[in-house]
Amino acid sequence: MKRVKRRYLALQLECEGLPSEREFVDALWASVTKLYGEVGASSTGLSLINLDAERKVYVVKCLLAVLPEVRASVACVTSVAGAAASVNVLAVSGTLKALYSNI
Amino acid sequence: MKRYFADLHLRINPKETQITQQIIAKAARYGYSQISIPFTSQIDDAQISSLRAACVQVGLDFVVRADFKPRNQEDLMRFLRKFRRKAEIICIVCDDKEIARSAAKDHRVDLINFPSLDYHKRFFDRAEAELSFRNQTALEIDVKSLLVLEGPPRVRLLSSLRREVALAKEFHVPIVLSSGVSEERLMRMPRDLASIAYLLGLGESEALDAVSTNPTRIVATNREKLSQRFVAPGITIIREGKAD
Repeated sequence: MKRVKRRYLALQLECEGLPSEREFVDALWASVTKLYGEVGASSTGLSLINLDAERKVYVVKCLLAVLPEVRASVACVTSVAGAAASVNVLAVSGTLKALYSNI
Repeated sequence: MKRYFADLHLRINPKETQITQQIIAKAARYGYSQISIPFTSQIDDAQISSLRAACVQVGLDFVVRADFKPRNQEDLMRFLRKFRRKAEIICIVCDDKEIARSAAKDHRVDLINFPSLDYHKRFFDRAEAELSFRNQTALEIDVKSLLVLEGPPRVRLLSSLRREVALAKEFHVPIVLSSGVSEERLMRMPRDLASIAYLLGLGESEALDAVSTNPTRIVATNREKLSQRFVAPGITIIREGKAD
């Protein structure tokens, strides 16, 4: 069976306060669902890996095939847990080791 | 090759000093090289100097831009005569077909912008695209509406924008992607701005060109034209001889 290729993204959240991991992931899912629908969102393989609470950097993974869709959805996030927010992609990498060395 | 990113449409009031400073600082932090805040009715030299100084402090290049929404063709001509030698970028905001055609036809216009969300008031069709290509007038797309709208209005806007982008690509009309934002929270990093262009049907390199190569090339060309050494396209004064 062919191995599924993934990409890891380091996302920096800009907002007041620190939303929980669940609230952040819900905001991402909401954005993906709004743009691509439930079927499209289900094929992204999006999940949270890690959170650096001090720097508000969240590491998420998704499938390589849908990386442009996920990046577009991340850029379209305007609120997290009801508060105005923006999410910036700091780095994208194929391995967590390379991602952490980039950020 | 390193890309230099530009956001030519930050819709802020330069008189609100604190917000302006914050947005300029954020643009620098986000990795932009050039930014522009449009002037609408008149170009204030003192304001330009202070904005330029604020930009230089954080390592940004400030571009003087004039935006205008003409009522008729005479109005457009009057504006172009008055501002073309003062502004580095001229953008015509079109909500009328006659104005859109005249703007695309005029080589003094750099950007055409269609702000309306109404499908019937967006006039970037095949004829407009052909005229824009002949005069190398670029199509400016603001992403702000895509960020703030939701549901059916966003679907309709996306549909219009995808059609316009497809036409621009077919007729080789340069596309300039700007934020068009007036609030700090809606600003996006250049590569994130480019990733939104993916929604409009632009490929990765085309989207990056829309936030880097296309706007910076227009600014460089116009700066060359506005310099005192410019004579005509392709002819510049290199050295002046002594009169005998």
